[in-house]
Amino acid sequence: MTHDREALLTFRDVTFGYRPHHPPVLDCVNFSLRPGRVLAIVGPNGAGKTTLLALALGWLSPWRGDVLLAGRAIQSYKRNERGRWLALVPQSEHTPFDYSALEYVLMGRAPHLPPLGIPGPVDYEIALDALARAGIAALANRPVPQLSGGERQLMLLARAIAQQPRLMLLDEPTAHLDLHNKARLIQIMRHLRAQGVTLVMTNHEPDVVLAVADDVLLMEAGRPPVFGLPDEVFTEDALSRIYRLPIRLIEVNGRKQVVWT
Amino acid sequence: MSELALRAVIARNARRRHLIGLLAAGLIALLAISILLGRYPAPGLMPWSRLQEDELAARLVVNLRIPRLLTALLLGMTLSAAGMVFQLLFSNPLVEPGFLGVSQGAAFGAAFAIVLLGSGALMTQASAAAFALAGLGFSYLMARRLRFGGWVLRLVLAGIAVSALFSAGVGLLKYIADPLTQLPEITFWLLGSLASITWPKLISVLPAVTVSLFVMLLFRWRLNVLSLNEETAFSLGAAPHRERLVLILAAVAPTAALISISGMVGWIGLIVPHITRRLFDADTRFGLPATMLIGGIFAMLCDNAARTLLAGEIPLGILTSLLGALIFLGLMTAQQFRART
Repeated sequence: MTHDREALLTFRDVTFGYRPHHPPVLDCVNFSLRPGRVLAIVGPNGAGKTTLLALALGWLSPWRGDVLLAGRAIQSYKRNERGRWLALVPQSEHTPFDYSALEYVLMGRAPHLPPLGIPGPVDYEIALDALARAGIAALANRPVPQLSGGERQLMLLARAIAQQPRLMLLDEPTAHLDLHNKARLIQIMRHLRAQGVTLVMTNHEPDVVLAVADDVLLMEAGRPPVFGLPDEVFTEDALSRIYRLPIRLIEVNGRKQVVWT
Repeated sequence: MSELALRAVIARNARRRHLIGLLAAGLIALLAISILLGRYPAPGLMPWSRLQEDELAARLVVNLRIPRLLTALLLGMTLSAAGMVFQLLFSNPLVEPGFLGVSQGAAFGAAFAIVLLGSGALMTQASAAAFALAGLGFSYLMARRLRFGGWVLRLVLAGIAVSALFSAGVGLLKYIADPLTQLPEITFWLLGSLASITWPKLISVLPAVTVSLFVMLLFRWRLNVLSLNEETAFSLGAAPHRERLVLILAAVAPTAALISISGMVGWIGLIVPHITRRLFDADTRFGLPATMLIGGIFAMLCDNAARTLLAGEIPLGILTSLLGALIFLGLMTAQQFRART
C-alpha cells in the first residue's frame, strides 16, 4: 500500500484489540485518505467500525502501527489543537438535563476557547449558524431531552459543524433519520466536502454510501480490510459475502441502488 | 433570522445576569437582617441602637452570630455548588456531594472520636474531616479496582458500598456508646447544627472552602463539556479524567471540611441544584453561580429558623430536610414540571 504524502488521515499497519492475549479486533489496517474526500467504512455489525473511529480520534491507541493526522502521530497533538482538527459525531448521546439545543451545540466551541474560557457572542453566532446549516434552526431553544432521535442526531452534527474541524468522524449518521432527513444529511455532507472538510463515516446503508462516498473501506471479520474506490470495492460479490445475502446492484435513472432477496 | 436569534440569546443572557445580581442583593440583605435577628433580648429583630448601648448584645453578635451566619452561608454555597458539580459529572440528577463515602465517612469519624477518643470538639472535627476524605479515597481506589461497567458507574457503586460500610460502623459505635452521654452526642451530631460555631472553627475551614468555591466558579462553563460522555468530551479537547478529578476534589474537600464542623446537614446539595435548574436551565455557566447564591440564602433561612423559632435549638439537619423535601415535592407536582427521560 502506498502512503500518500498529502494524506490527511493515514492508518499504517494499525492493530488493535480491547483484551490482551485475545485476537485483535483490527488487524493490520492500512489506508490513507486525501483531504476533501468522503470515506465510508462498511462492514457487518461487530467488524470494528466504531473502534476504527475511536482510533482515528486518538481516544484509543493502537497496539502496533501508527495513526497519522496530516503526517503527524495523532497522539502528538495538543488537546485543543486536536479538537480544532477533528470532530466526532456520535451515534447518540444521553443527557438527563434540560439543555437547550443551542447550549448543547455551543459546546462545540470548546476547543476554540482557552482552557477555562467562556463562549462569547461570536461563538453563539457560529452555533446558531451551525444549527441553521443542519436544518434545525427552529429547534434552538427546545430542551434536548424532548428532541426525537433524528433531531438529536442532527443536533450532534450541528455541534460538530460549530467545531469547524478539517476532519469529521461520523458514527452511523443516518441511523435515526427518516427518508427526508437522510436526503438532507447527504446534502449537508456534500456541502461540507465542497468546503474542504474531509469526512469519515461508518454506515450500514448502501444507498447512502453510493450517494456520497469517494472511497470505501470494506471490513470483514477474519479478512484484511479492503480500501479503494466504490466501483472497485463496493461490488455485488463483496456485499453478498460480508452480509451473507444475495445482493445485486441495479441502476435506476443513473443512480446505483442495492437490492437483496 | 440568525441575527434575530442571536439578539434573543444575548437578551436572555443579560436577564440571567440581572437575576444573579438580584439574588446577590437578596443574599446580602438577608445577611444584614439576620445579624439583628435572634432571641436576645427578646425573640425577633434587635434595634440597631442596642448594639451600641448593650455590650452583651454587641459581643453576642460579633462572637457568636456573625461566625455562625457566615458558616451557614458558606455551608449552603458549598453544598449546593458541590451538588450541582456532582450531578453534572455523574449525569445523574439524584446524587449529592456526600455520596462518595464522604457523608458516612464523616459520621463514622465523629462517632469514633466521641466514643473512643474522648469527646473534644477539636478531636471530633479533625476525626470527621479525616474519615470523610478517607471515605472519598477509599471509594476512588475501589472504583479503580472494580471490574464492572464504565468509570462513572464504578464510582457510584464504590461510593454506595463504602457508605454502607461506614454506616454499619456508625451503627456499631452507637451500640457500644454510653447511652447517657455519648449516644445523645452522636445523635445530635448526625442531625447537624451550627450552634457551637466560633471564629476559630470557621477560620479552620476557610482556606479549603474559599479556594474550592473559586475553582468551581472557574469551571462554570467547562462543567457542561465535562458532563458529556468521556469520548465526546475528549473529542472537544478536554482531558476528561484529569479535569473531572480536579472538580471532584474541589467539590469534596470543602464539603468534608464543613460537615466536620456542622454535622450532617442533608438535602441542600440535592435540592438546591434542582431549584436552580428550574430558574436558569441546565447550562451551568449561570447555573453554578446562581446555585451558590440560592444555597447560601436557603441555608441562612434554615439556620435562622433553627436558632430563633424555639427557645431551644432545633437541629439544622431537621429543618433543611423538612423544607427541602417540601420544596422538592412542590416542584415535582408543579404544573409545568417536565418529565425527564
